[in-house]
Amino acid sequence: MNISKHKTISKRNRVLIAIASVLLLAVFLFPLWQIRMQAPQYPEELGLNIWVNTIKSLHPHNIQSINDLNHYIGMKPIDPHSVPALKFLPYIMVGLCLLGLSAAIFAKRFLLTTWIVTALGAAVGGLIDFHKWEYNYGHHLNPHAAIKIPGMSYQPPLIGSKQLLNIHAMSYPHIGVIAVGVSIIIGIYVWINEYVQRNDKIRDLKSAQRIG
Amino acid sequence: MSLLTGGMAVLLAMFMFSACSSNDSKTGNNDAANQVYIPPGKHDQFYSFMSGGWSGNVSVYGIPSGRHLYTIPVFSQTPMNGYGYASETKALLNTSSGFVPWGDTHHIQPSKTDGMYDGRWIFVNDRNTPRIARINLKTFRTDETLEIPNTGGQHASPFCSSNTEYLSAASEYSIPLPKPMGNGVDVPISSYKKNFHGMISMVKVNQHNGHMKVDFQIEVPPFDYDLGRFGLGESKNWVFYTDYNSEEAHSLLEVNASQKDKDLVLAINWKKAAAIAHQGKGTVVSTDYDHNIVNPRTRWAKTTVEHKVRVLQPSDIKGAMYFLPGPKSPHGINVSPSGKYISIGGKLSSTVTVYSYNDIQNAIKNHDVTKTVDGIPVLSFKNVEAKQVKKAGLGPLHIEYDGKGYGYNTAFISSEIVKWSLKTGKVVDRHASYYSPGHLTIPGGDTRKPYGKYLIALNKITKDRYLPTGPEMFAGEQLFDISGDRMKLLLDFPVEGEPHNVAELPASLIDTGQVKYFDLSKNHNPYVTRKEKDAKVVRKGNRVDVYMTAIRSHFVPDNIEGIKVGDEVHFHITNLEQEWDIPHGFALKGMQNAGLLIIPGDTRSIVWKPKKIGVYPFYCTDFCSALHQEMQGYVRVSPRNSDVKIKYGTNKDL
Repeated sequence: MNISKHKTISKRNRVLIAIASVLLLAVFLFPLWQIRMQAPQYPEELGLNIWVNTIKSLHPHNIQSINDLNHYIGMKPIDPHSVPALKFLPYIMVGLCLLGLSAAIFAKRFLLTTWIVTALGAAVGGLIDFHKWEYNYGHHLNPHAAIKIPGMSYQPPLIGSKQLLNIHAMSYPHIGVIAVGVSIIIGIYVWINEYVQRNDKIRDLKSAQRIG
Repeated sequence: MSLLTGGMAVLLAMFMFSACSSNDSKTGNNDAANQVYIPPGKHDQFYSFMSGGWSGNVSVYGIPSGRHLYTIPVFSQTPMNGYGYASETKALLNTSSGFVPWGDTHHIQPSKTDGMYDGRWIFVNDRNTPRIARINLKTFRTDETLEIPNTGGQHASPFCSSNTEYLSAASEYSIPLPKPMGNGVDVPISSYKKNFHGMISMVKVNQHNGHMKVDFQIEVPPFDYDLGRFGLGESKNWVFYTDYNSEEAHSLLEVNASQKDKDLVLAINWKKAAAIAHQGKGTVVSTDYDHNIVNPRTRWAKTTVEHKVRVLQPSDIKGAMYFLPGPKSPHGINVSPSGKYISIGGKLSSTVTVYSYNDIQNAIKNHDVTKTVDGIPVLSFKNVEAKQVKKAGLGPLHIEYDGKGYGYNTAFISSEIVKWSLKTGKVVDRHASYYSPGHLTIPGGDTRKPYGKYLIALNKITKDRYLPTGPEMFAGEQLFDISGDRMKLLLDFPVEGEPHNVAELPASLIDTGQVKYFDLSKNHNPYVTRKEKDAKVVRKGNRVDVYMTAIRSHFVPDNIEGIKVGDEVHFHITNLEQEWDIPHGFALKGMQNAGLLIIPGDTRSIVWKPKKIGVYPFYCTDFCSALHQEMQGYVRVSPRNSDVKIKYGTNKDL
């Protein structure tokens, strides 16, 4: 039995990694995040879909309506072109996909580890960035705004729902982020399978050799 | 039967019915509230389009609740939203007589496909200045008006054929037409019989865009053509008209047009007549009439003056036009859903006359002609009159059908609705109506398959039915449940103007696909301003164009200087909102015009001619937002010879 052969990734795990990598590309087909807003005057609700490279209206012209409303409380208009993260996020996602695929093709464990760490880093970094964007958006208000309520900020929740004046804001991950999550879970499963379970097997093999 | 004894019989019958039925009370029945109650936030089952009569517009009500939903400006200037004042809309009121800012809307005709309403358009006529309007049911806006030439006034209009191929307009008031024909002629009124002519107009509807065109006209004797209907099913190639004044009177018509015991009913095979017209028969005459169409890209109405129309004489369409002897001074004429029966309200009698389409066809086949009137053969009365509905109330006016074999007619004089069997002609139910009903409707009542369980009576007299509002009041309509054997009065509801006619369409035919606002990127008004930074004020001689934007809660520009006394200022305001029901308004102090209501994504223009120097405030009239009050601005008007330059802006000192 060749122990070094076991340091490469098993065939089944390589397939899983390939699937997980391709799954990341779902972010180009589905939004990452969705923010919905309900108010007495908006029974049809307003909303935003946050995509990997842009922000779109949930229903036609919602961004304009949200900006119309938000200017009263001094919030900056949402301009998809002015969010830096949306400029490089597509490249990160493509890069992650390629990195994962290379781990699957070359069957190198260190590539697998690098892929998972990077993906996790990107996910956590993305969430932090999103939170920061929401914070800035909700806190940095125009001092000349028509409506000023002392102590009030308008940061939408990262996840979950929150009442902001007349607006009930709901923020939840969309299919894009769920796909990324599933991809990372698959990756972590493979990693554990490779480093923990199969390490045990290698240990067993080694001891068997010693006994032998 | 004489009027008097007929009336007594009716009164007796009414008395007997009211004596034995508690349902026929003057105040409706107890469970009616449940039937007409639409809970808050819920929608009605039917749209009801009522011509406003002398309001000149069309009002829309929800049925069964009777709630007033909207008023569609059609022939009348409407300061409510600037219709007929805004430069985009003014051309819709152009006629060969000039700008006519008022109309008398009469008959509502929904467009049809295969004899059923299709929810595309509503057509409505102006009785006074003969014209037909087309209302777009996606926007509830008037998109087109077409003047009907060679016509004094049109009552029997704008009836619609089974597949909206044609609308038919017939003259009520005959006018003298010069020979050769053309615009107007100066003759003594007493030469009526010699010089005056009636005119049937066939208006072709373009199936793609709804555009109307006077395809051809038929010159007919100078009777007063009163109402009309196209056939349905097997009779769909025919159109029928009632008329009064076969006496050809021109003064004191109430007496002089009521002398003959019988009047004539006109029947035209329009398909045949159209084929003959398209072969080039008749003469193309010169006559000016206006055709006004809203361009769907610019939403700007433009007038085209038409100069010609083809006119056929009865001799040109032999075999396609007949008179039937009708009851004295008949009024309504309504074709049954099958198309087999044509019923006529004997306005001055107590009977409804029902003709059989088959009998008419047989009489034509057998050349069963008694005489000709102005070259039009008159079919024998005996052979075409199917039956008479006796005791149909005093003064039966209009008839509708429920699709279950019953006809319902209004009786103006005895103030009631009478239900009778189409098969037997026997009256089976009657219900008092308050007061003096004219038209009536059953949803889909003039289609192949009426689908309503309701009947609406359009009453001409209101009096004590509502809280008094001085000597003038709205008209009162009444909603009946006709799902059972007996009619049940459910609801009284007041409506604006004097509704003459109504059409009810199922909500589902209209409510999906409604335009909620206009897409700004597709607004091609020549004066659109799509972005605030593109707003500008441009002077050319003494004309100043203000390209202004409105968005919650400011105008750009909101400070304008450099306007001078004697200028003609054109405000072109674009509502930049792209959201449902956020219109902005525009009003300027002392502007001798109307305010504007500008729908999101739309541009509306209005002209102001300042007469005095000063600083004039303007503001938004639609409560658009919490900062609505602040949505205001100023225009400075300097003396005629001043050298103040055009300057403008928002949030900056000029």
